[in-house]
Amino acid sequence: MNLLALDTSTEVCSCALYVSGEASSQHEIAPRQHAELILPMINNLLAEASLSPKQLDGIAFGKGPGSFTGLRIACGVVQGIAFGLDRPIIPISSLATLAQLAYIEFEWPHVAAAIDARMQEVYWGCYALDENHLMQLQEREQVCKPQAAMLPFSATWAGIGSGWQTYHEILSTTVGNMPIQQEKYPLASAMLPLAIDAFEKGQIVAPENALPTYLRNNVVQV
Amino acid sequence: MRVLGIETSCDETGVAIYDSAQNSVTHLLHSQIELHAKYGGVVPELASRDHIQKLLPLIKNLLVDNGLTPREIGGIAYTAGPGLVGALLVGSAIGRSLAWAWQVPAIGVHHMEGHLLAPMLEPFPPSFPFVALLVSGGHTQLVQVDTIGKYTMLGESIDDAAGEAFDKVAKLLGLGYPGGPAISKLAQQGNPDRFIFPRPMTQRPGLDFSFSGLKTYVLNTWKTHVQDEQTRADIAYAFEEAAIDTLMIKCRRALKQTQLKCLVIAGGVSANQRLRQHLTQLANELHVEVYYPRPEFCTDNGAMIAYAGYVRLKAGQSEALNFSVHPRWNMSLLS
Repeated sequence: MNLLALDTSTEVCSCALYVSGEASSQHEIAPRQHAELILPMINNLLAEASLSPKQLDGIAFGKGPGSFTGLRIACGVVQGIAFGLDRPIIPISSLATLAQLAYIEFEWPHVAAAIDARMQEVYWGCYALDENHLMQLQEREQVCKPQAAMLPFSATWAGIGSGWQTYHEILSTTVGNMPIQQEKYPLASAMLPLAIDAFEKGQIVAPENALPTYLRNNVVQV
Repeated sequence: MRVLGIETSCDETGVAIYDSAQNSVTHLLHSQIELHAKYGGVVPELASRDHIQKLLPLIKNLLVDNGLTPREIGGIAYTAGPGLVGALLVGSAIGRSLAWAWQVPAIGVHHMEGHLLAPMLEPFPPSFPFVALLVSGGHTQLVQVDTIGKYTMLGESIDDAAGEAFDKVAKLLGLGYPGGPAISKLAQQGNPDRFIFPRPMTQRPGLDFSFSGLKTYVLNTWKTHVQDEQTRADIAYAFEEAAIDTLMIKCRRALKQTQLKCLVIAGGVSANQRLRQHLTQLANELHVEVYYPRPEFCTDNGAMIAYAGYVRLKAGQSEALNFSVHPRWNMSLLS
């Protein structure tokens, strides 16, 4: 199985490649430069692995939540690639990717992932590790005031993501003190295990049905 | 060579295939007018969200409708600017990555170049050099076109675009969106002698436009009169007449200044019937030829992007993998 994964939902532009059991990845912190960076990154990864685009079986992307424009860059790029190659798309939550990253880097089994949503809100999702070492969503993801963030059950939780940087004090007051890693972003390398699992389970969509998950849908100021 | 064209710079999702062997074009369009109508103007975030939902299905349908396989497409062109940044990024991301997957060249096209080359898709196209008046909801420009890629900006709006003025005036008169057709329809009931509105920036030399003051003039007139149906129609008439007359005065000046004998009109406002009547008079009087795209290519569409993209790809130009968009993009900088 050969999968490509990419995420541009935050300041970080990242992509990863899984070729028959071997993973490689690239990322760069580069706000507002994702359009310039993403295709060259993908092209490089494939070249280094001596893989032609046609040998890909599926393409995963960070569907959000996150920066609206960033979500659409990743979504547009994977739509174009998947349609052009006639391959399916695997949409993966950027909060799930953050939680998986927390497990990979810190071995945290219970993770509250938070991305700064601006306008005094956070994108919030709580994840717990399953028996396959994959992070699974508990309850639901939401966009909310940090004062309204909740943990689904009591456990030893840890926090990750830019939401913890912007709203550290409020979140700590709301859900309690916990170890946190605030300068962490959803990386395509961390998305790979989730994408492989989703692909094997058939959790795929046709290219034109791959769309961003914005969570914030009230976007018109009248 | 067949070129796939993609237009997503504002509130229309347009796709087309230009076939240079036949000099023919086939296109599909999804308009977002209804989506934005209740807000009286384009909401950028809603536009972007709609483009990403509609673009790929349109491309798919276009290929199926024409019985084309990917192998028969030799290049992809997409609008890279000017326009709404989020909307431009959708078309560019899908267009550039699709070209990568298909292993064909890609090119980011200037939206206004697309508009001014649109008459080239007609059976009797204009020949260079010519003066182009580009009038839409986003732009009001007079351009000297010496040849493809050689554009000199003669004048442009220093504030609202002409089409934008129609939309704003329609909104303040309580008419529908888009404002152009709504105002034109109502103006037919208007009394030509009741109001005379100013023709902005026509008393001084130069080819720039300003429509913001005219909009304010309309507002003040509306506020200080009995707001009945007849007054609404009379104001619509006087506004349309003033806006179009202003465009005519500047076109006349541009033709005299450049000594050119050919005028191309493009952009959404070029579908306005009264504008076309005035232009016919102007053409007869100055002995110049006037060219328009067919009505469906006056407004934003993929066909003009496919054609402009073909011209540039044929000249050997293409965009590398590091694509970018240009929300503001001066056409004189093209080459």
